[in-house]
Amino acid sequence: MESIKTDIAIVGAGGAGLRTAIAVAESNPDLKVALISKVYPMRSHTCAAEGGAAGVIKPDDSLDLHFNDTVGGGDWLSDQDVVEFFVNEAPKELLQLEHWGCPWSREPNGSVAVRPFGGMKIKRTWFAADKSGFHILHTLFQTSLQFPTITRFDEFFSIDLLVTDGRCQGVVAMEMKSGRLFQFQAKAVVLATGGAGRMFPFSTNGAIKTGDGTAMAYRAGVPAKDMEFVQYHPTGLLSTGILLTEGCRGEGGVLRNKDGYRYLQDYGMGPETPLGKPVLKTMELGPRDRLSQAFWHEMQKGNTISTQWGDAVYLDMTHLGEKHINERLPLVRDLSITYAGVDPVKEPVPIRPVVHYMMGGIHTNIDAETPLPGLYAVGETACASLNGANRLGSNSLTELLVFGKRAAVNAIEHVRSSDSKLNETSLKEQAEKVQNKIRDLVSRSGGTESIAGIRKEMATSLESGAGIYRTEETLQETCKVLADLRTRYAGIELHDKSNVFNTDLFQALELGNLLELAQTVAEGALARKESRGSHQRLDYEARDDEKFLAHTLAYYQGDDKPRIDYHDVIITKSKPGVRDYSGGAK
Amino acid sequence: MNEIKLELDILRYDPEKDREPHFQSYSVACQEDWMVLDAINHVKDHVDTTISYRWSCHMAVCGSCGMMIDGKPKLACKAPVKDYANQKVRVEPLANFPIERDLVVVQDDFMEKLKRVKPYIIRKEEKPIEEGEYKQTPAELKKYKQFTLCINCLCCYAACPEYALTPEFIGPAALALAHRYNQDSRDQGLAERHKVISTPEGVWDCSFTDTCSLACPKHVDPASALQQLKIATTTQWYKELIGMGGN
Amino acid sequence: MAYVRPVSTTTWYLKDRNYFIHMVNELTSFFVGAFALILLWGIGAVAGGPEAYQSFLASLTGPGMRLFLWVTTIVIFYHAIAWFKVTPKAMPVQKGEEFVPGSLIAGGHYVVWVVLTLIVLFLAGVL
Repeated sequence: MESIKTDIAIVGAGGAGLRTAIAVAESNPDLKVALISKVYPMRSHTCAAEGGAAGVIKPDDSLDLHFNDTVGGGDWLSDQDVVEFFVNEAPKELLQLEHWGCPWSREPNGSVAVRPFGGMKIKRTWFAADKSGFHILHTLFQTSLQFPTITRFDEFFSIDLLVTDGRCQGVVAMEMKSGRLFQFQAKAVVLATGGAGRMFPFSTNGAIKTGDGTAMAYRAGVPAKDMEFVQYHPTGLLSTGILLTEGCRGEGGVLRNKDGYRYLQDYGMGPETPLGKPVLKTMELGPRDRLSQAFWHEMQKGNTISTQWGDAVYLDMTHLGEKHINERLPLVRDLSITYAGVDPVKEPVPIRPVVHYMMGGIHTNIDAETPLPGLYAVGETACASLNGANRLGSNSLTELLVFGKRAAVNAIEHVRSSDSKLNETSLKEQAEKVQNKIRDLVSRSGGTESIAGIRKEMATSLESGAGIYRTEETLQETCKVLADLRTRYAGIELHDKSNVFNTDLFQALELGNLLELAQTVAEGALARKESRGSHQRLDYEARDDEKFLAHTLAYYQGDDKPRIDYHDVIITKSKPGVRDYSGGAK
Repeated sequence: MNEIKLELDILRYDPEKDREPHFQSYSVACQEDWMVLDAINHVKDHVDTTISYRWSCHMAVCGSCGMMIDGKPKLACKAPVKDYANQKVRVEPLANFPIERDLVVVQDDFMEKLKRVKPYIIRKEEKPIEEGEYKQTPAELKKYKQFTLCINCLCCYAACPEYALTPEFIGPAALALAHRYNQDSRDQGLAERHKVISTPEGVWDCSFTDTCSLACPKHVDPASALQQLKIATTTQWYKELIGMGGN
Repeated sequence: MAYVRPVSTTTWYLKDRNYFIHMVNELTSFFVGAFALILLWGIGAVAGGPEAYQSFLASLTGPGMRLFLWVTTIVIFYHAIAWFKVTPKAMPVQKGEEFVPGSLIAGGHYVVWVVLTLIVLFLAGVL
C-alpha cells in the first residue's frame, strides 16, 4: 500500500477541518497539512447551516451572559471550562472570518449585525442572510486556497485510524476514483467529519453525515461520549426533513397547532408574546429541546395536523411581510416553495421536529485532545463538551472556528514535541487489516441482506425507540434490533465490484459506521435513567443530578454492544439550576 | 397521494467493463412530490445498487447532484418528477466534463481554475482583529452579494458552449467568483486577479450566450459578472497603460 | 480511464434552442459589418466629389441592392434591440442599496437611440 507522509492529517474538510488546516498553514508554514475528505470541501454539510454563529460583540451583551445561556441551555451537562474558553474566543474567530471576506449581514452603519436566536438572553447571532453556514464554508474554503502547504485529498474515503505504540499515527483512506488504498502517516490526526444524523429516518442532514470519523475513533478505543443526546430541530419540512432555520422564529415567526393556537405557552414558555415581536429566551425563542418536546405532547393530545407525511404544526411567518422575508429569509422562502409548495409570505408552513444535530461525539477536552495521544477532534464529530445535553442554535458554527484553531495549536505542539519514529511494521500490519476488510466486503457473495433494508430497519427502530421521548421498553427493543442488525450486516453483498467510484462500497462502509454509533445512542439512552435536555425518559421524568450529572462514555467492544461508563462534568461557575424559559424569567 | 410513473434512461459507464457509455432504462413509480434525485435514490436502493452518482444535501445548497436531465444541466434535487411525468427522461452526467463513472464527472479542471482566479481577500495591509470588523454598509454588501451565492454545481460549465469548444476557458463560475472579490469593498486584489482574468482563456473567451445564467439554479447570473468583468478588465488595461493600475 | 464525450465543432449549435438563437444573433454581425463597409464606401464617395457621390447613390438603387439594404436595416434593428436589452447585465446601476431595474437601463438606451436617430434624420433632411 502506498504511503503518504505528512505532519498533520485532517479528516473532513467542512468548517472545522478547513479552520484547522488554515490555522496550521498560517502560523507554521513549514508543516505539511494533508486535508482528506470523502467529498469536495464545498459539499460538506456546513453548507446547509442557515441561521448564524453566536459571539458577543454588542455593548448590551457580556461573556457571562453567553456562558450562562449556553450552560443552562445544555442542562448543566456542558463542561464549563470549555464553555468559558469558547465564549471568550468566539468574537475573535467571527471577526477573523469577517476579515477573510465572510459576507456577514450588516447594520446601516456598516458594523456586523446580530439576530435573536433560541435560548439566548441577548441577541448575539452573527448571520449572513439565512445562508450563514454556506457563506462560512465557502469563505473558509476559498481562503484555504492561498496556502500551498495545505495539500487536499478530495474524494478520499477514510476507513480506519493507524494506532501504534499507543499513539495515533495516521489514517488509511481509499482514493474513491481508483479504489486504491493509501496509508497517510502523520504525527497528528484531527477528525472533523461531522455528526451521524443519517442513522435516523428524518433529519436535516445530508447523505454524507454518517459519523465516519467518530466511528473510526470509537473502533480505535476512544470512547464516544454523550451519544444519547440527539437534537431535534423544531422546524423541518415534512417529507424531506429540510431545515427551516431558527432564524425564522428569531425574525418573529410563530408556531401554531391545528387550531391556530400558539401552544408553547402551555409548556412553561409563556406568556404569549406579541406577534412579530419575539422576546428572547421565551415562547418561540425557547431552547430546541423544549420546543420539540412540546410538539410531541401536542401530538399526544391530538392538536397536530395529520398529513400524509405524519403529524405537523404550522410555522407562521405571514405577518412578517414579503420585503422582510426576502431580505432576511430568502433561502427559507425558496425552500418552502420548492419542497413544500407553500409560500411563507402567504401561508403558514407545515413543519415538524426533525433530527438535526448530535451533541455527542468523540470524547475530547478543552484542547480538542482525545485520550489517544496524537488524535484530536473538532466540531459535531467531537464532544468537548460545549453543548451538554442540548445545543443552543448558532453555537455550533462558532464551535467549528474556536476549536478548529485550538486543535491546530495543540496538534502543532504535539508534532513539534514528539519524536518522529514510526513503527513501520505495526503500521503495515494495520494497513493490511484494512485492505482485507475491504477485500472481504467487495468479494463477498451469496448475501441476502440489502444496504437500504438494514439502513431502514435501523432508522425506524431508532425513531420509535430512541426518539424525542424514550422508555425502558422502547429502548430495550431498539438495542435488541441494533445488535441483531450488526450481525445481519455480515450478510450484505455488494453488487458493484468496480474499483472506480464504487458507491455501493462507500454506502456499506457508512452503514457499518452508523450501526456501531447507533448502538452507542441506544445503549447510552437506556443506561441514563433520568431526563436531561434532549434526552427525555417517560419513565424517569426528572433530572437526577446526583447520579447522572456525568458524561456517558461508550467503549467499543467489537461485535458486542458497547460498554457504558461515566465521566465527571467540569462545573466551575454555574451550579445546576432550573431552566426557566417563561416570560418572567430573569 | 398520486403516483407518477417515470421512465429513466440513465447513462452508465464503468471504465473497467465498458469501452463506451451506454443507456440503461429503469421504470420508477414516484410519489407526486419527489424530485428526480428521489427517483434515482429509489433505483439505487431497491433496483440496481451499482449506479454511482454524487448527492448530499437534497436542498440545492451543496452543489453535488448536478447532472443532465433531458439534455439540460440541473440539480437532480431540484428537478420535480412532475415535469417529466409519463415520458422517457435521459439522465446523463454533466456535459463538457470527462465521465469518471456513471453520473460522476471529473471536476479537476474546475478546481484548478477556481484556485487560479485567487478567490480570497487580498489586501496590502491587514487590520488587526482587535480593531474590529471592516465596516461595510448594506449597499456595499449588496454590490457583490449576488455573486457569493454560487454553490459550484458546475451547471453553468455544462451549459457553456465556449467551455465545450474551448476547454481552456476558465469558465463562468470561477470568473464570477473573481468578480465577487473584486467588488467586495474589503478587497484590494483587482490588479492581481486582472493578470488571470485578462488572458484569452479568461473573460475574453466568453461570447455572452447567456446560457450559463439560464442554467444556474441559484440565480447567480454569472453572465452578468463576466460582462462586468469585460468592462472592468478593459478599464484596468488602460489604467495600467498610463501607470495608474494600482499594485 | 475517464471518458471524454466528443463535441461537434460544426453542429453543436443545433443541439439547443438557446445556442441556435445565439448563433443567429452572431450572424447578424455580418450585416452590421456590411453596413459599416457601405458607409465607408459612401464616405469615400463623398470625398471623391459630386460625381463620385451620385455614382454611389445610383449603385444603391438596383433591386438586388434595395433588397439587401432593407434586410440589412431590419437585421440591424434586431441586433440593436438584442444588444440594448442586455446592457443592464453589463452595467448594473446601484442607487442606495437597491439596483435600478434593468428595464430602466435598457429603456434609457432605447430612448437615446431613438432621439439620436431622429436628430440624424432631421439633419439629413429626411424629417
